[in-house]
Amino acid sequence: MSAAKTLNLTLKIWRQKNGNAKGSLETYPLNDISPDSSFLEMLDILNGGLIEKGESPVTFDHDCREGICGSCSLYINGEPHGPAKLVTTCQLHMRSFQDGETIYIEPFRAKAFPVIKDLMVDRSAFDRIQHAGGYISVNTSGNTQDANSIPINKENADEAFYSAACIGCGACVAACKNASASLFVAAKVSQYALLPQGQVEAKDRVLNMVKQAEKEGFGPCSNTGACEVECPKGISIENIARMNREFLSAAISK
Amino acid sequence: MALSGLFLLIFLLQHFVINFLSVISPDTFNEVSHFMGTNPFIQFLMQPVLMFGVILHLGMGIVIELQNRNARPIKYAFNNAKANSSWMSRNMIITGIMVMLFLGLHFYDFWVPEIKTKFIDGDMSGKLAGESGFRYFTELQHKFVDPARIGIYCLAFIFLALHLLHGFQSSFQSVGFKNRKFAPTIQLLGNIYAVMIPLGFIFIALFHFINSSH
Repeated sequence: MSAAKTLNLTLKIWRQKNGNAKGSLETYPLNDISPDSSFLEMLDILNGGLIEKGESPVTFDHDCREGICGSCSLYINGEPHGPAKLVTTCQLHMRSFQDGETIYIEPFRAKAFPVIKDLMVDRSAFDRIQHAGGYISVNTSGNTQDANSIPINKENADEAFYSAACIGCGACVAACKNASASLFVAAKVSQYALLPQGQVEAKDRVLNMVKQAEKEGFGPCSNTGACEVECPKGISIENIARMNREFLSAAISK
Repeated sequence: MALSGLFLLIFLLQHFVINFLSVISPDTFNEVSHFMGTNPFIQFLMQPVLMFGVILHLGMGIVIELQNRNARPIKYAFNNAKANSSWMSRNMIITGIMVMLFLGLHFYDFWVPEIKTKFIDGDMSGKLAGESGFRYFTELQHKFVDPARIGIYCLAFIFLALHLLHGFQSSFQSVGFKNRKFAPTIQLLGNIYAVMIPLGFIFIALFHFINSSH
């Protein structure tokens, strides 16, 4: 078996010392990268070299590296999580790139996602949206009803599960020309709206979560569909239509 | 935004149907135009509602565009937007403003003279001096003699088509009507509407231009 040809790359990476500093794209040549390495492993190699040279390594978010946690981000060659579909950056491999290619790596850009350092952004706006209504109130006094004892039709259960697959990575915001968080909010609203446990707080939930998203500075949705295409978990914009229905209904009846 | 858009979609359809009458029956076109131009319900209720709808749609479009720009103050150095969205969906403000500029010309051509004749000159007869038939068809033909004007009209309808290709299905999505079951039908109807209505308007303009030049 012959060894795979390695890649020689030119990286254009956004460097920014902190949230107040002015950032810029810096160029880093990087050679002998295995096509089988992941994108984050490639950045690890780059950082190893930078540390050896006494330079500051590139800061980027990551955690599980299994496509589950939603920690990794990165806007790679003009797309969140890079050119491959239905994968997070940690699952993106260097075989998606060509030898000699120039790769642009930028942070997710949004007013609501301020840069902390280099490629790391503060996505706590999503946490605050979730806190505004993305939950169900459960009596935990010791006599909590088993959720499995409540009948739920299969179609709704499946839909709720698909919505719940959202990992809150923020790719939808990064891809949207309006930096809208509609897909994220819609997935969280839908996940509960489709289940009986979510009905009690349904109206407050959608009103409060949408209000919080606006307060955080995310833009309004103009239905370009970019979020759906770039979502690593394939969350459908059908969720946004459902959220809009829920919102209209709640706004009229509340 | 979506509600005013849906309202304008309905208006545009009725506008097209009436205009198309000028191709198939000038007499019917005259009758309908006179009715539309003199009926108090249409003149004093529907027309102001339409004006409000147009202004609201434009105003909200501009406000949303400004909010959107504010939501991302620092742009990407390299953005491959075409990988995930259509040009039409990303440039609604451009196509919308082009259509609104055309509306200014359209008002200058048709609406302003009509208002002057009816409400300044006080002539509600719908007829030209010394003639027995209604004036609307004759006036329409006179508006479509200048090739430059025809060119502007055709260009405007291309921008309208681009606007509608996204706007139609987007309106249904925004009011929550789109779901997995209806989405393909809405998309198909939207594409048909977005192509056929502007194409129909272009046909009407060219039809009268060609007829008037003979």
